[in-house]
Amino acid sequence: MANVIGGLATSHVPSIGGAIAKGLQQDPYWKPFFDAFDSIHAFLEREKPDVAVVIYNDHGLSHFLDKMPTFAIGAAEEYKNADEGWGIPVLPAFPGHAALSWHIIESLVNDEFDITSCQEHLVDHAFSLPLKLMYPDAKWPVRTVPITINSVQHPLPSALRCWKLGQAIGRALESWPGAEKIVVLGTGGLSHQLDGTRAGFINKDFDLLCLDKIVNDPVALTKYSNKEIIELAGSQGVELMCWIAMRGALQGRVSQLHSTYHVPISNTGGAVLLLENAPRAQAMAAE
Amino acid sequence: MSTSWNIPGTPVFGGDEARKGYALNKMCFSFNDKANRDAFKADEDGYMAKYNLTDEQKAAIGSRNVLQLIAAGGNVYYLAKFAGIFGLSVQDIGAQQTGLSLDDFKAHLVTQGQ
Repeated sequence: MANVIGGLATSHVPSIGGAIAKGLQQDPYWKPFFDAFDSIHAFLEREKPDVAVVIYNDHGLSHFLDKMPTFAIGAAEEYKNADEGWGIPVLPAFPGHAALSWHIIESLVNDEFDITSCQEHLVDHAFSLPLKLMYPDAKWPVRTVPITINSVQHPLPSALRCWKLGQAIGRALESWPGAEKIVVLGTGGLSHQLDGTRAGFINKDFDLLCLDKIVNDPVALTKYSNKEIIELAGSQGVELMCWIAMRGALQGRVSQLHSTYHVPISNTGGAVLLLENAPRAQAMAAE
Repeated sequence: MSTSWNIPGTPVFGGDEARKGYALNKMCFSFNDKANRDAFKADEDGYMAKYNLTDEQKAAIGSRNVLQLIAAGGNVYYLAKFAGIFGLSVQDIGAQQTGLSLDDFKAHLVTQGQ
């Protein structure tokens, strides 16, 4: 049985890639964000996961408005990063895990999530930068499964729907017969807005509430409508949906190992959260 | 079908905008490739004609004004690739949309974290 060992959520703003390229990790502006990854590196060194399932939103690299999937899953043995138009370095290709992808696809469709499968799938900064933050040498020790949630074109799926998607992903991972250790990523957020005369909006109070609820009471976050999330967290604050789906995939006893919140990184309330997931059988034995 | 939520200062990109802005966003999507960015820079009018931009969209591209580009159906994720041609960051476009200087916009971001 596969073992979902934990969840990691992190902001993914493109300028993180610029900061890495310029070696600004210890610059006072960036240091609080990059220092959060000391705990993540210790966790990865100790646990050595084999697979990363990465739940994120594509920003117009793999998906365009001609065919816009609400939920899509990569089903390939390799995923390439590519130029997104603004000059952050392109990272080495990421190994996939097509057999696990197809298992998740079959399990999700059986679970009434009619997702789009992608045998060709470019991965953008929202996928590549979290992995680069986890593994700064870019020698990827994990095989990956990209899962995207539409954040570009409304109607977007609701927080509740993304929670249920995450739960279905969790069930799929639990039923995978392999012995891999799996970490689930949710990337994006927290509050930010790029467009309109409210550009630059950040809501620290709401972000801190989300950081608490995502650990201790994630169902509370599923009560918000997308309109409410945009009012409270800005247009692109809807990326919270990726965090909610990640949390839904953790089916065991969840405990927080690390949490960082730092404003601003670029236009964003920057946040990093590491959760440990004790497998269900173990969790039951402990109760 | 429009998603009109009337959140002040906050565009919502729904079906109406996706239809209106299709040509503009398709052109901006092409800017993922450097060869296309270079072709646009070499001949803006010719490149816009190739993508069948409307007069409103052509004027918005010419203006380099983000609010005008959004009004013409632009989606911020694709417009960011257009901004990238000029080396503009999301803070530059934030300052432009809010009418703040870049320094004041950055200070506004910092203040919200305090």
